[in-house]
Amino acid sequence: MTDIAVLLKQVPDTTAKIVVSGGRVDEGAVNKWSMSPYDEYALEAALEMGGSVTVITCGPDRARKMLTDAAAVGASELLHVQVDDLTTLDSNQVAAILAAAVAKTGADVVFCGKQASDTNAGTIGPAVAEKMGAACVTMVSELSGDANEFLALRPAANGMERVAISSPCVIAFDKTVNELRRPNVKGIMMAKKKAIEAILPSDLGVDISGSNVTLQSQSPPAEKPAGQKFEGAESVPTVVRKLREEAKVL
Amino acid sequence: MVTIIAEISGSNLHPVTAQLVGAAGGDATVLCPGGFGAAEAASLSGVAKVIAVEGDCFSTFDGGAWASALGSVASGRIYAASTPHGREIAARMGSAKNLPVVQDVTGIDGDSITRPIYSGKAMETLTVSGDYILTLRPNTFEAAGDGGSADVSTVNQSADVATSVREAIAKASERLDVSEADIIISGGRGMGNKDNFVHLEEIADKIGAAVGASRAVVDEWGLPHSIQVGQTGKTVNPSLYIAVGISGAIQHLAGMRSSKYIVAINKDADAPIFGVADYGIVATWEQALPALSEALDNL
Repeated sequence: MTDIAVLLKQVPDTTAKIVVSGGRVDEGAVNKWSMSPYDEYALEAALEMGGSVTVITCGPDRARKMLTDAAAVGASELLHVQVDDLTTLDSNQVAAILAAAVAKTGADVVFCGKQASDTNAGTIGPAVAEKMGAACVTMVSELSGDANEFLALRPAANGMERVAISSPCVIAFDKTVNELRRPNVKGIMMAKKKAIEAILPSDLGVDISGSNVTLQSQSPPAEKPAGQKFEGAESVPTVVRKLREEAKVL
Repeated sequence: MVTIIAEISGSNLHPVTAQLVGAAGGDATVLCPGGFGAAEAASLSGVAKVIAVEGDCFSTFDGGAWASALGSVASGRIYAASTPHGREIAARMGSAKNLPVVQDVTGIDGDSITRPIYSGKAMETLTVSGDYILTLRPNTFEAAGDGGSADVSTVNQSADVATSVREAIAKASERLDVSEADIIISGGRGMGNKDNFVHLEEIADKIGAAVGASRAVVDEWGLPHSIQVGQTGKTVNPSLYIAVGISGAIQHLAGMRSSKYIVAINKDADAPIFGVADYGIVATWEQALPALSEALDNL
């Protein structure tokens, strides 16, 4: 059986309203923090492999809850690399931290989501693979096999393709057909007692001073000018004419 | 000087490449993976040099191999397209070169870079010191025109491929992909049931549009996830987005609000979708779609 490290990120729930005040997103106004949706599919895929699953996150203290949630559905080890504010790090630093954390667990197989739903960047999976000297496939919606040879289904130019990949490797998941397991009462009780190993980037030998990227400001999206509104299907020809003449998109 | 990783479509240059050149503002070096599209790239205005990077590794996509081969000739500030391949190449190349990567950029002003966060529920501006790798969102930057006549040189540079394609599965339908389409018509719960999507497809066929769907109907009616528009589906920015029977949940708006023009058709005059629509039509789809079909025929 394959031991797998799963990279998780805690993000505002996709239903959360994002409020900006003073040039920063107001985290206090986020009503619910969740495991990033594609990471949930990565975790589910790892649990289905049947070996031990170590979940790793890099982030502030609020992310501990997500690790406990992962334990409640079956994660065996929980590793938290404490960074108070991820916006102070650039992508290369986060990848270095996570690759070092994976090395610490000894896992050669890493699962993660194809992107986290806060930045939607999708940098971390391939970037961690690069630092591990590992192969990587992204946007995987179905996985079979084991670490000797996984077969991963991903989009291709003319449809889909099944790609063979073996350990060491990073698999970055899209939504899969697998139903996500929900915790039962016993799982929740056990998870509450499960220890979270908390370390700092410096414990992994990663220097997080001197990010090359500085966050200047965050802002609400530009307001669109109010649109034109019409009553009834009889207005459809008018709108079609406007799409051709005003908008020039037909 | 900016180095551009060309986006390839089959054996041709993908149109987004001209947008990358436009964003670079002149003196660009374009790297063509596998040498594909090199002549076309050389004819773009603002291109100083084209390097056809040829090697066995370019026969199938392996992000690590492509990043390694292209990275051996890429220098300075590097732009790629914010597409699945562009993003994976950027991520690996940045990690290998210890450069920061910023994905899905929508604005560049000197050292100042803007990108959407939380799927467009907010924007952020970053400053980056030194070299970096950016991927630029398609259809956001003005494309460079023709009129260039850059030299094309060829570099033979392959790299180890760690993955192998075992099986190709052709598309189940010939329908356009929502992430590629210039016009999208999407349906939501207001469409009643999945069989009624045939009315959207009929209109899509008339105007060369892709058919999209909200998360609610993908989950509840078993439509393919590949057509889901929204925060956990595709983020799209076509020229025209037509939302039919979609109320406009925050996750859906996040995936389509940057479309150039938005038309909303909904029977509920208070539906949030009207808040982002350029043209709103308060009507049932049963009445509006036949009228739309007829109006398009009369164009």
